[in-house]
Amino acid sequence: MPLLEINDLTVDFKTGSGQFRAVDGVSLSVDRGEILAIVGESGSGKSVAMLAVMGLLPWTATVSAKTLSFDGRDLLTLTPRERRKLVGKDMAMIFQEPMSSLNPCFTVGYQIGESLKVHLGLSKSERRKRSIELLEAVGIPDPERRLSAFPHQLSGGMSQRVMIAIALACRPKLIIADEPTTALDVTIQAQILELLVSLQRETDTGLVLITHDMGVVAETAERVSVHYAGQKIEEQPVGPLFADPHHPYTAALLAALPERATGKRLPSIPGVVPGQFDRPPACLFEPRCRFATDRCRTKVPPRQGAIAGFALCHYPLTHGRPIGHPHPEGREVAA
Amino acid sequence: MPADRVVSPLPVAKAPPGPFVAFFRDFSENRAALVGLILLSLLVFVAVFANFIAPYSPYEQFREFTRIPPAWVEGGNSAFLLGTDEIGRDMLSRLIFGARLSLFIGLSVVVASMAVGIVLGLIAAFAPGWPSIVIMRAMDVILSVPSLLLAIVIVAIIGPSLTNTIIAITVVYLPYYVRLVRASAMQEKTRDYVTAARVGGAGTLRIMFKTVLPNCMAPIIVQAALTISNAILEAAALGFLGLGAQPPSPEWGAMLASAREFLQSAPWIVTTPGVAILITVLSINLVGDGLRDALDPKMRRS
Repeated sequence: MPLLEINDLTVDFKTGSGQFRAVDGVSLSVDRGEILAIVGESGSGKSVAMLAVMGLLPWTATVSAKTLSFDGRDLLTLTPRERRKLVGKDMAMIFQEPMSSLNPCFTVGYQIGESLKVHLGLSKSERRKRSIELLEAVGIPDPERRLSAFPHQLSGGMSQRVMIAIALACRPKLIIADEPTTALDVTIQAQILELLVSLQRETDTGLVLITHDMGVVAETAERVSVHYAGQKIEEQPVGPLFADPHHPYTAALLAALPERATGKRLPSIPGVVPGQFDRPPACLFEPRCRFATDRCRTKVPPRQGAIAGFALCHYPLTHGRPIGHPHPEGREVAA
Repeated sequence: MPADRVVSPLPVAKAPPGPFVAFFRDFSENRAALVGLILLSLLVFVAVFANFIAPYSPYEQFREFTRIPPAWVEGGNSAFLLGTDEIGRDMLSRLIFGARLSLFIGLSVVVASMAVGIVLGLIAAFAPGWPSIVIMRAMDVILSVPSLLLAIVIVAIIGPSLTNTIIAITVVYLPYYVRLVRASAMQEKTRDYVTAARVGGAGTLRIMFKTVLPNCMAPIIVQAALTISNAILEAAALGFLGLGAQPPSPEWGAMLASAREFLQSAPWIVTTPGVAILITVLSINLVGDGLRDALDPKMRRS
């Protein structure tokens, strides 16, 4: 049984102009000791899906799912009190902005100790000992002295290390890292990722890595789930995904990497993610897709099998060629 | 044998100033605030040790010495430094005990309205829907009535006394705190560290009071410092109207009111409480301004 199992998760937001569906029928599963990456551009609902799992969405959101279970417990029927016991102890989260994720009013030591006290009930000296251990584990020099440091005295990389220490404090089974390296510079990014992965290996935790950086994905993840406009459009192990993307969006995304560009100009995906008012009726990627046909405009695409990477597409690609497409050379020819 | 050179010890790096020292340095850069602080501490000292400083009891009547002018005026008596009032009570003693009353009113109003305001403001910020609406609209209603009028109405309903004056002024000043707390709490609660606290399993109450509140304290403290003086003024106004502290008690506003008719014949009975109010309010305002400058990182130069 997987550690975290999400089946058909849907999140709707009540907005001034009606319902907005931010996450649309997403299914995911993460095992112990596994690294799953969720990629997609801004607004594709990847963060919202994970916030829904953690129960952190504002009251304007309605969450529904067939199953939403963690470690054999149903997250949908959990009372807030039970959820608070679980979240933070067995599930931890790391955020994008390390500088603002720490409370500016309290010292680092106090903030690490807080969850140790609440969840594990450690005494003051035990908390101090464990805090020093944790800071050492995340590679902060001189941890005894750092315990009494305030967040504004730390750099961005240091703060993120402290956040990781807090996340690891209660030895969680699952860590959700929501773009943990976006706000950091490149050298620190590599260090933080390396740290996260090595700690994850040591403690055998599940790790969900939300990112839009394909480089990060290639380096760290084992399985990749590609999201677009609230839907999961493809899921594959990392190797095959980079070698043979099945959904046109994934293919276009990979083609847009500067490392892969061959021509003079960097290929890009025209248009933007559909919002609340310009949602296409059938396939959500259709307006931006190179291979879109009339069928894509009228019929909701089916979920393909494992061979085609669970792609949500009428004409999944194999080695760059759409299967079953009337004009496999692309829209230019079809037009 | 090596010449015994005197190795001069390395100059020890001065430790960075602690938070309190840094605060005081910023604070004392503002001369006016420093003067205000000195005046205020003097007032507090006088109020606290009123029993030992005041030459007489504030209620003791020296019937043969009614309306004696201050000592330096012709006809003054050195036994009564600031003269006596219409029934022979020593003005200086009454003013000294009045300082105690005024500062007590100011402080308790601020503490009460701050405490209630923080609770209501945090509830308004954290509970969406009707609790927030009810609280904020109630505050709007309070704000829409002129403050002195509202205080008079409240005192008229619950009866004039010192405690009721405090209650009335507390209600009058409540909306400022509620709005201030709500605004800064709403701003703070969207920050990442609040979400992080929730990820850590913190409940709503803990987030309200332990995570968010300490981060909203700076503007609240400044507001508190600035309302003390207003509360004292308001209490004096109510006392003057006969709705505050009742006559025998040496409240400055009540003293003004009872001496009103002697404005021509014995002006010191009226002017000295007035000057006392002026000095107190001025010093508190100066300190409040200095506090705001010292607590606001944007005004700080270093």
